[in-house]
Amino acid sequence: MTQPLLAVRGVKTYYGNIIALHGVDIEVNEGEIVTLIGANGAGKSTLMMTIFGNPRAREGQIVFEGRDITQMPTHEIARMKIAQAPEGRRIFSRMTVMENLQMGAAVADPAHFEEDLARVLELFPRLNERISQRGGTLSGGEQQMLSIARALMARPRLLLLDEPSLGLAPLIARQIFDIIAELNKRTKLTVLLVEQNAFHALKLAHRGYVMVNGQITLSGSGKELLQRPEIRAAYLEGGRQDA
Amino acid sequence: MEIFVQQLINGITLGSIYGLIAIGYTMVFGIIGMVNFAHGDVFMVSAFVALIASLILTTWLGISSVFLSLLIVLICAMLITSLISWTIERLAYRPLRGSFRLAPLISAIGMSIFLMNFVQVAQGPRNKPIPPFFQNVIVVMEKDGYEVTLAYKQIVIWAVTAILLAAFWYLVSKTSLGRAQRACEQDQNMASLVGVDVDRTISVTFIIGAALAAVAGTLYLMYYGVVSFADGFVPGIKAFTAAVLGGIGSLPGALLGGLLIGLIETMWSAYFSIDYKDVAAFSILVVTLIFLPQGLLGRPEVEKV
Repeated sequence: MTQPLLAVRGVKTYYGNIIALHGVDIEVNEGEIVTLIGANGAGKSTLMMTIFGNPRAREGQIVFEGRDITQMPTHEIARMKIAQAPEGRRIFSRMTVMENLQMGAAVADPAHFEEDLARVLELFPRLNERISQRGGTLSGGEQQMLSIARALMARPRLLLLDEPSLGLAPLIARQIFDIIAELNKRTKLTVLLVEQNAFHALKLAHRGYVMVNGQITLSGSGKELLQRPEIRAAYLEGGRQDA
Repeated sequence: MEIFVQQLINGITLGSIYGLIAIGYTMVFGIIGMVNFAHGDVFMVSAFVALIASLILTTWLGISSVFLSLLIVLICAMLITSLISWTIERLAYRPLRGSFRLAPLISAIGMSIFLMNFVQVAQGPRNKPIPPFFQNVIVVMEKDGYEVTLAYKQIVIWAVTAILLAAFWYLVSKTSLGRAQRACEQDQNMASLVGVDVDRTISVTFIIGAALAAVAGTLYLMYYGVVSFADGFVPGIKAFTAAVLGGIGSLPGALLGGLLIGLIETMWSAYFSIDYKDVAAFSILVVTLIFLPQGLLGRPEVEKV
């Protein structure tokens, strides 16, 4: 079998002395959508940030395209063409939409800036209407679109999406999932998706991992995981049974 | 009226110099949240670099064109001062990043004392003069024997300031370097996620701030004709006051604050007491901090997330 695009092996991450990831192993193959589901505080976002070396893994190894990036400075990891739409969107609020997109393209070849810009504006026509507005003035959904668009401007080999549906109206969340699916189909974009909305995420993904308390407890194809009773109980119908 | 116009001319000149220095304070504060107390001394060092460069040019190389020598002196001062400022950041501030908040501030005060004493020992404690140049003046208006004059060197100061600020504005607002700089100012972690080398961007910020301070230092030397090792302190703190008055972190604010402090100082000297001009300027600092802590053009601390 060919080597995975991204391999996380036995990664342990700490915040000070508190352990957040207890030796996590995941793999993402080229062209796949892989989702990571789990409850609040399970360590999903920590894993996303650990891939970028901030915080840095204290043990274990992160390999991207066959290169060990565990100790690489964050900005150089970004230059390996891994892009992230992080938790909380983190758009540059005092810069315009255009400038945010230009920041996203900082690691890309300037020669195809215009082409990439046209492409993301076609995906997110709302951003085109707001192009010279400051990022901070956008609505939550628009900020999420901008965050994803900014990441796409890097022409990423691997796109990390951290809770793209958080705080969005169901219809807009739906749109964003559709766009991810379409990008994956059309351009073979590889995606690692963190979601609390397990149902949508598992339907969208080829494979999934379940994270509990900083450990991967289950993995399998999206369909398989959707069928598992413990997944249905914990993430899909959870609260209702206890009530 | 004549006195007022004259002081207006003098105040804008002085204010331009303060504004150029204030930009260095405000940029560094914006990006790493630190008041670089050594910045005033970097300004003083730049005036010495300009002094030495101009002496070499005129006495050894015998360059007689005033504009050419001013240009060369400016470039030398900017390059050497930038290098010094870059070194200071690497040696005294960067290792303390991630340490407790006051650590780099204390280090900056130490750097300030070091620079002052180094120049005192290396160049001597006395005022160092340069041969005067651009001595001509234009009489703007005259009444009852009182002449309102605009000196050539004041025009040069205005012109150089305007050109440099235009270049600086272009750099910050239109280039990818400026965008990276602003991105780091807003969210360093996110900036590194999109591939910005944050450490390098901080270095560049120190370099740009120092280059503008060097322009101020050269103009200051040309304007007053003398410089001493202690000349970093008071103008430095006044420029800091200007940055606070304009709203620390705001670039247009730094310039506006600089002009206001320059005007307040000269007007106070003319109408009240010249001995108390520094008191007037620093009272502004206190009043601003109490009643308008975010400054004139600064943004309030609370931000919508």
